[in-house]
Amino acid sequence: MKRLLILMLCLLPSLAFAGEAQDMAADPVLEKRMIGLAEKLRCLVCQNESLASSHAELAEDLRREVRELMQQGMSDQEILDYLVARYGDFVLYDPPMKKTTLVLWYGPFALLLLGAGVLVFQLRKRKSEIAEPQLTDEQAAQAAALLAEQPATSTQTKDPQA
Amino acid sequence: MMRFILPFVVFIVLAVFLFVGLNLNPREVPSPLIDKPAPAFTLPQLHEPQKTFSPADMQGKVWLLNVWASWCVSCREEHPVLMALAQQNIVPIYGLDYKDTPAEAERWLQKGGDPYVLSVSDAEGRIGIDYGVYGVPETYVIDKQGIIRYKQIGPVTPDSLREKILPLVAELQAK
Repeated sequence: MKRLLILMLCLLPSLAFAGEAQDMAADPVLEKRMIGLAEKLRCLVCQNESLASSHAELAEDLRREVRELMQQGMSDQEILDYLVARYGDFVLYDPPMKKTTLVLWYGPFALLLLGAGVLVFQLRKRKSEIAEPQLTDEQAAQAAALLAEQPATSTQTKDPQA
Repeated sequence: MMRFILPFVVFIVLAVFLFVGLNLNPREVPSPLIDKPAPAFTLPQLHEPQKTFSPADMQGKVWLLNVWASWCVSCREEHPVLMALAQQNIVPIYGLDYKDTPAEAERWLQKGGDPYVLSVSDAEGRIGIDYGVYGVPETYVIDKQGIIRYKQIGPVTPDSLREKILPLVAELQAK
């Protein structure tokens, strides 16, 4: 009796899988196409998951919807448009380029350019600050005189011991 | 002086952006259906399944379509607000019972009260997809021409009623 119970319990998971597998078996080509498309779509309930991998109930409903639309002969693009009309561009992982998404697409490049501009500006400014000052003839002569003097003074301070 | 002002200004701008970003709710996805006609449907009424209801029946009236379900937790939070609104008789509330069984829906309404003029059953959630429903409860404000003017995602609160929904309803009714 106990063994029979264990055997029955072991068989339970296979029963649970049977329901899900049926849909897949119905039309594997269509199912593959559906999953391929669903991978490009965001699940709105758990937003970091694709529609293909999400277990949310809404995702299951939407997969069913996509499957049915495909059976009706709609193209992938038509199905994407159908979902965007209901849920907005947010449902696409690859949002289209248009007025409202310009910042999304070009914002990072604009910031990069801005950063590069600031960097170049700062570097130029610093270069001008540390540039060697131009000496007049008089100053140059003075400097040369000081330099000529130096070895003498340094030997003076060092020499007493020698 | 400029040396300190510029980084400070940049810091403030960044801080403001991040602070605003923190307060945005990523769950609130703007609906593309705003200012578009409410998708048509004909569904059986919850209490009298032999009768149907369709948004076309509401032509010429401003009304609310509230998507709810007996299994929906936030709907409990919203329910007393809708009950109070229904008693004020300002705007009719119609319910879309989303992915629910009629028996459980009826039981839920009997227990907590029924704020709806009537509810329709969308047992398979197909009409929900047409309306872009992704998180029950959701509430649509629909004008006299059948155009969706506002969508409340998540429960209707006294605040959202006072600040957004009721002023909008009054404005639409005056048109």
